[in-house]
Amino acid sequence: MDFILVIVVEVLYAIGALVLISAGLAVIFGMMRVINLAHGEFMMLGGYATITAVDLGVNVFLAMLVLAPAVVGVLGLVVERLVIRHLYGRLIDTMLATWGLSLLFVGIVTMVFGNTTTGISTPIPGFALGDYQVNGYNFFIVLVAAALLFLMLAVLRSTRSGLIARGTMQHADMAASLGYNPDRIYMLTFACGSALSGLAGAVLAPLVGLVPTSGGAYIAKAFITVIAGGPALIAGLASSAGVFGLINQIFSFAVSPVVGEVALLVAAVVLLRLLPRGITDRLFRESL
Amino acid sequence: MREAGWSRELTGTLVAAACAVGVLPMLVSTYTLTVLVIYGMLGLSLGLVWGFGGILCFGQAAFFGLGAYTYAIAAINIGESTVPMLLAVAIPAGFAALLGAMLFYGRLTDVYLGVITLVVTLILHRFMNATAGSDYVIGNARLGGFNGIPGFQTLNVPGHPASYVWGDSLYYFCAACLLLVYLLVSALLRSSFGRIAVGIRENETRAALMGYDVPARKTVMFTAGAAIAGLAGALFANWAEIVTPRLFSLGQSADIIIWCIVGGLGTRIGPVLGAAGLSYLKFLLGQQGLIHNSVVSGAILVLFVLFLPGGIAPVLANAWRSVTQRRPRRRSPRRRGPRSSLASGDA
Repeated sequence: MDFILVIVVEVLYAIGALVLISAGLAVIFGMMRVINLAHGEFMMLGGYATITAVDLGVNVFLAMLVLAPAVVGVLGLVVERLVIRHLYGRLIDTMLATWGLSLLFVGIVTMVFGNTTTGISTPIPGFALGDYQVNGYNFFIVLVAAALLFLMLAVLRSTRSGLIARGTMQHADMAASLGYNPDRIYMLTFACGSALSGLAGAVLAPLVGLVPTSGGAYIAKAFITVIAGGPALIAGLASSAGVFGLINQIFSFAVSPVVGEVALLVAAVVLLRLLPRGITDRLFRESL
Repeated sequence: MREAGWSRELTGTLVAAACAVGVLPMLVSTYTLTVLVIYGMLGLSLGLVWGFGGILCFGQAAFFGLGAYTYAIAAINIGESTVPMLLAVAIPAGFAALLGAMLFYGRLTDVYLGVITLVVTLILHRFMNATAGSDYVIGNARLGGFNGIPGFQTLNVPGHPASYVWGDSLYYFCAACLLLVYLLVSALLRSSFGRIAVGIRENETRAALMGYDVPARKTVMFTAGAAIAGLAGALFANWAEIVTPRLFSLGQSADIIIWCIVGGLGTRIGPVLGAAGLSYLKFLLGQQGLIHNSVVSGAILVLFVLFLPGGIAPVLANAWRSVTQRRPRRRSPRRRGPRSSLASGDA
């Protein structure tokens, strides 16, 4: 019984982590069609921002939930103005330029922080569940992921700015003729996506030893989750994170964590071969 | 006409290659040059698939690594290098044919293609990293996990396992291989297959409507690129004398794409020059500690995408043309002067 509970917790945690990892990319790639290969590095920078802030004596939750997204959001703004702005609509070029950016960030962070592992301890203690020890921080991740999904849904569905952003992504000319400035909306949407990536990196930072190249570990997962999700932003994110998180944890428990990772990737290839346009192309078509 | 153009290009390529192969060892050590030549071949493989086939493969490193691993494993089991070299071309090609057929008959394009090739590379990378210990053995070869496979039979004269090809002779062998591959690629692109491949790159729907079997042709193109990358991998294994999972890494795939972009897509010589030039730059940068290597390669990639998306080769070609054509152009007004007045007189 306890064992089953532990597995349920782990599966929920895996799904929550995938949602967090992919949320920023869902905005930047899913909505804006910018293939952001620097997504992992945005997350890595969010992690470093958190660790630096905590070392300077800032409260860890403040650093994770406010400071890191703000820092990475501002960085995203700068990147958008300098590079991405010139490349909208050129899918392959955005991909190459952001790959260049990711290398650049890795290099700069290595020069500043050194090629060593840094980290902070998890701020929530673990507890015993029957014979098993459970990491209390996992619940926090699940909570943040759920809150994030609801927040995104609320903003995109029920606020005026969400509506304007969605409309601009569908038809920039139409939005412009209605008096909204697409350039500005693109800029702000990109910054929001970057901030989400920063948040994800910050929240996951206590669980991983952070190195400048940590971003590479997230990027493939984020992309397959967003692409397998398909056209509906939030329903797609939730459903594909659910499928992949489940598969990953089942194989991790049954065989080993490495096999779990490989199973996730194989599942992604098979799923994309069967549903090339993603899950929400067939199911939940009308949802957001 | 076409035959004449081909023979002139053939002569030109051979002369230029002979000069380059002969002169470069005076400037750079042949040990470094060998790896530059091998990377040039790897760049050419993606230059063919991406620049002419229009297939952006994020996983060219997978075929490179697969070629290297195939060579190493086969060389340990066989103890002579001829068959392993052939296998190192055949196995990546076969793998690419399977993968390509799955992708192209599934009508996957651009982003999805990129992501799946990327994921396949990651799977191989993860898997190879996890193969430590005595459970993972192929024949006599232990896969060795993170540490890779050292100590295999390196290249030898066919039939004589004791007479190794190494040092200077390995360099000349690699250069000859690159030249051969380059000429084969040129011939392929001049054939009707190559021209149709470019047609597919330009407009897939149009090519399909004209009755060409697009998925089959793309699969063949993909396979050809993988075979070249596999050969480059085998040569790399011979040069490094060890194969490690790093060959499958994302950084390796990124490098290959950067070479093609910087050198110039849609040209044959561009990716070769881009690969050799940037690898040499990386080698020089590795000797100083001030700026991290990836800062430079990242900045180069961003700047090229923003300001010179066509790469260096077209710029060089234009410069060359303007140099060679300047003289006739200066003379031509004088020569044409009387003729044009005559023409106007006629009118």
